[in-house]
Amino acid sequence: MAEEKEALFSKKNRALLSDPLDDNNPISVQVLGICSALAITVQLKPALVMSIAVLFVIIASNVIVSLLRNLIPSRIRIIVQLLIVASLVILVDQILKAYAYDVSKELSVFVGLIITNCIVMGRLEAFALANGPWKAFLDGVGNGAGYALILVIVAFFRELLGSGKLMGFEVLGHKAKTIAESTGVYALGYENNGFMLLSPMALITVGIIIWIQRSKNRSLIED
Amino acid sequence: MDYINIFVKSIFIDNMVFAYFLGMCSYLAVSKTVKTAVGLGSAVIFVLVVTVPINFLLDSYLLKPGALQWLGDSYASIDLSFLSFIMFIAVIASMVQLVEMIVERFAPALYGALGIFLPLIAVNCAILGGSLFMQQKDFSNISESAVYGLGSGIGWFLAILAIAAIREKIAYSNIPAPLKGLGITFIITGLMAIGFMSFSGIKL
Repeated sequence: MAEEKEALFSKKNRALLSDPLDDNNPISVQVLGICSALAITVQLKPALVMSIAVLFVIIASNVIVSLLRNLIPSRIRIIVQLLIVASLVILVDQILKAYAYDVSKELSVFVGLIITNCIVMGRLEAFALANGPWKAFLDGVGNGAGYALILVIVAFFRELLGSGKLMGFEVLGHKAKTIAESTGVYALGYENNGFMLLSPMALITVGIIIWIQRSKNRSLIED
Repeated sequence: MDYINIFVKSIFIDNMVFAYFLGMCSYLAVSKTVKTAVGLGSAVIFVLVVTVPINFLLDSYLLKPGALQWLGDSYASIDLSFLSFIMFIAVIASMVQLVEMIVERFAPALYGALGIFLPLIAVNCAILGGSLFMQQKDFSNISESAVYGLGSGIGWFLAILAIAAIREKIAYSNIPAPLKGLGITFIITGLMAIGFMSFSGIKL
């Protein structure tokens, strides 16, 4: 096959890794996987855990489906894919419950909802069914990382502006009851914007990210 | 919890789109015209009304800790709840296949308009989310879960109908070019979510 002659990191394969980070980002360009991206970005820590979970599921399912691509009858492929993804998600869920119980409680139903994360299904449908395992692996890494990138950016701003913390550490100084007792920026009279913690601001933050990305890269503009 | 309370709560206060962001993918992609939005919205209502009660039965007679008691006392200690994801998604996927065949047979125009998004209802987070929230809420009988399914479906329908109507009008307004399409839809949804927040705290 021609595929095997290609170098392991040829230009095409590198593009599989780098495209989803910017030009073809799963969230801001392909509009996939929004649900979980918005609901768990109040703090940085659950967002990071979620990114790692999605990264694992997307890579593993991409490789498995790509290995099985010639065996799956096309009429029932969606159910087969869902079962593969669901088994992987159960694995992730059990591991999280065992080793990171607090975070798993915080993520609640959203771990289960990785099954229906459109990025996973979208990549399986659009890529893994038509390409070999190595390419599918790179595609999985690229798209998982593109998802993680947006998640981390949104969570960074929401946690920083909403509660003045990052990963639970008070980076902006300590807020006491009175201005005189506070340290850091709170001593200057700074107040947290509690609105950033509410769900609507997640949507608006992503809207602004899309705005910035498209004003830099004008080929993405819709008309 | 009485039925009206569950119904109103699931439409307005725990709205699938505005409070939990479920089903955003198809919400954003199929909301360009009101007509397709109505089609997809009704399909979602139907699938939710059917799958949530079925999954409720599965949950209470198969999956919950102690649910297998009806088989005999030696089965009472079995906890199969780790299997719930895979059971729920199997029920949902087969129901969606059924809806797809019905729509293809009786409304070919709608089938053409919905295109790829009909099979993708199976991976619509709102459907699986409905079942997972049902599991968390511990409903006492099957009709409560059916009312919950209906309410969440209608909530999702309202959301996609509203955004589709707004998007049809906003096509004529003067928006900064990079914000056109996706960007402004996100921001409008955010503003609508702020509006829906005013329902929170209502007790019936």
